[in-house]
Amino acid sequence: MGWLKTGSPKPSAGLKGVLREVLSYKSAVAGIVILLFLIGLSVYTVVTIPLPEAIQAWRSSEAWSRNPRNAQPEWIELFYGRKLPRTITVSLGEKASEVLREDGTLSVSWVIHFNYEYDDFPSEIIVFFNSSFVEKPVVDIYWIRPDGDEILLKKHTLRRPDDRLYLSNDLGLELRLERLFESKIGKKPNFTVTVEKGLFSEYSQDPRVLKGLYGMRFETALNKSDVLNAEVVIYGTVHGLAGTDHLRRPLIIGLLWGTPIAMSFGLTTALLTTALGLIIGTISGWYGGKIDTIIQRIVEINAVLPFLPILILLTTFYRIDLFVILLSVVVLSIFSLGIKGTRILVMQIKSYPYIEAAQAYGASNMRLILFYVIPKIMPPVVPGMISSVPGFVFLEAGLSYLGLGDPFLPTWGKIISDAQTNGAFYKGMYYWVLEPAFMLILTAIAFALIGMALERIVNPKLKEL
Amino acid sequence: MIPKGFLKFVAKRTVLLLISLVIAVYISILLANFGGLIDEMVKADLLMSITMNVRNNPAYQGLTASERQRIIDSMYQAALEARGLNTPFLVRSLYHLKNALTMDLGTALYLTSDSGSKQVRLIILERLPQTVMLFTTVTVINFFLNLLGGLFIARKYGSKIDRAIAALAPTSVIPGWVYGIFLILIFYTWLHVLPPGGLVDYPPPKDPALYFLSVLKHMILPMLSWIIAGLFLGLYSNRTFFLIFSTEDYVEVARAKGLPPRQVDMGYVMRPTLPSIITGLSLAIIGSWGGAIITETVFDWPGLGRLLAAALSYPDPPVIVGEVAIYAWLLTITVLTLDVIYAFLDPRVKVWGG
Repeated sequence: MGWLKTGSPKPSAGLKGVLREVLSYKSAVAGIVILLFLIGLSVYTVVTIPLPEAIQAWRSSEAWSRNPRNAQPEWIELFYGRKLPRTITVSLGEKASEVLREDGTLSVSWVIHFNYEYDDFPSEIIVFFNSSFVEKPVVDIYWIRPDGDEILLKKHTLRRPDDRLYLSNDLGLELRLERLFESKIGKKPNFTVTVEKGLFSEYSQDPRVLKGLYGMRFETALNKSDVLNAEVVIYGTVHGLAGTDHLRRPLIIGLLWGTPIAMSFGLTTALLTTALGLIIGTISGWYGGKIDTIIQRIVEINAVLPFLPILILLTTFYRIDLFVILLSVVVLSIFSLGIKGTRILVMQIKSYPYIEAAQAYGASNMRLILFYVIPKIMPPVVPGMISSVPGFVFLEAGLSYLGLGDPFLPTWGKIISDAQTNGAFYKGMYYWVLEPAFMLILTAIAFALIGMALERIVNPKLKEL
Repeated sequence: MIPKGFLKFVAKRTVLLLISLVIAVYISILLANFGGLIDEMVKADLLMSITMNVRNNPAYQGLTASERQRIIDSMYQAALEARGLNTPFLVRSLYHLKNALTMDLGTALYLTSDSGSKQVRLIILERLPQTVMLFTTVTVINFFLNLLGGLFIARKYGSKIDRAIAALAPTSVIPGWVYGIFLILIFYTWLHVLPPGGLVDYPPPKDPALYFLSVLKHMILPMLSWIIAGLFLGLYSNRTFFLIFSTEDYVEVARAKGLPPRQVDMGYVMRPTLPSIITGLSLAIIGSWGGAIITETVFDWPGLGRLLAAALSYPDPPVIVGEVAIYAWLLTITVLTLDVIYAFLDPRVKVWGG
């Protein structure tokens, strides 16, 4: 049908024209930029962290044992103006000395060093052992402060080859450190001497970090075949780009994976709901009569069917995944009240001369609906579809927040819910709530900005105002 | 006097909506009962309680295990018959339907009302006022705030405030519960001036006046979250709406006649927009029933939504089905009320009389 176009000048209302018009709105440009960023982030996430890996990592408690618990993101330092501690991991490595004793055992020692230059105390100290032995060895662990003082931390008997020593919970050590402080400064210090403060503070009335080179010495007696290795982890209070949660999981994984989930859920649901609603509304208006009556009754039944409770009921009784949630949302949304508007529009269009002309040369109903009616009513529908995306994004977040989303996927709503149930509001862990909320809002605003600009373009009455 | 045609219209709408309600509730029951899940739970519960009763009853202590089992079986069969649980599913579903529609919802499996009752109806009725008190109030406040604010801004068309509202309109895509989370972070976590949730302080004040004040204090944040969520888009769309209508010829004529601006606004701009405005209100109220579920969870507000969340965590199917039924009832009543108001206001749907 190329000959039709040659005679007339090129219409400006094509896709290119619309795009040019959209780009004349600053808000729409901002929306498109955000959207492109989110799409890029989604692609990056899906490519770099494959879904099975993400799910497994997110649900495993062991994978993150070397991460600090409830750590803030690293960039939070900008607000504090202090250097906050990162996590320091030191392995035992080479033996410092090895002496064969008379009873045939080996007397072994290791010395490790690390620099501590942060302005705050670490959050936790754990020693992870990795050893093999015949008899349970006793390991003496000493702490060497930058000022040269040596403190016996613990005479620890290994219970298992992969034993862990939680120094922070050692009440005996805490008591000894408190006494040490009392004797050094001559009176009770003004603060509670926790293990971290006792080991890392200057001997002063108020806690002050003593910066410098710290050391630890490990001494033990081993049989010849025994192997002992250990990793000392001094947990920081900040971690990575997004911090960690109560299970030491890096939030960045949840935040990243939340993006493709929210985007695909929002877009797919909006697209399906709008397209199917459009088709049903058109059929209702075009055929009229009995079909129309039935569809209008279904719309009314749907109107008194409580949407969210039904959705919640479905998700609870049939432990389901994101895809089924999506389908349920679509099924419950397509017979919405919005159909009535489409129906009335179609009824008006039905009597237009060009439809009559098409009917006169024998176009089928199907052809008329698909190629003559729907294109005519499309313009106001597209901005509506874009504008409906944020609603669906928040719906998924809300369901996850209630604990009803997909049970396996890490999502933004789930992170917010985790934060609330684990005392983020009470303890003031702002980052935990604000990060997923920020992502949600970013996504929603992107679609809202684009949708509103499109609405102005297709509705000239709005354009003037 | 109310015209006869109007009564006929109301009666017709009522019947149609009631039919919709019956079908909607029936659909909910079919969904909830898919695979006979609820019946299985009720049956298991029955068998358990009968077994416990027989075991603990001293009168049956002397019997052998098989005799006791026979007694349990016969009692169980009788109980199934009494509850209609041994009838075919079609009959049973109709039985459930009747119960759900008459709000005869039976007993909860786990949850109890504050007064200690296990009656689902009592549990739900105890929570209903709290939801209405908070969310219906805030929806109505929002409605008037946006209406009058929209009118005010329409008069200031092109001013700084007008442009600011237009720029802020997209913020309304963020639902109230998300704003609620921000408000808790600000007013509780940061400033420590308002409670993060709940209905009253603990322990509840004895003095009714203090009790009332305490409830009011707990209502501030949830209400504020919904007001903020609806504000800018509400103002913007009302303003746009009024602007479109205020350029109509008849409004120009009214102005040219020298009518005072107030009269022009009320009689000439607002009057023809009323039906659409009422539709907006109806959608807001309908939305408030559902939206309250998440907001109540955020603020731990003991209303219907929080009850639903609690019922889900057990799960307690009779309470869940009861909740769905009561939401369906609320929706039906809202839709019907608005149909009637609409019929009053819109001359084009004035169905009665000529």
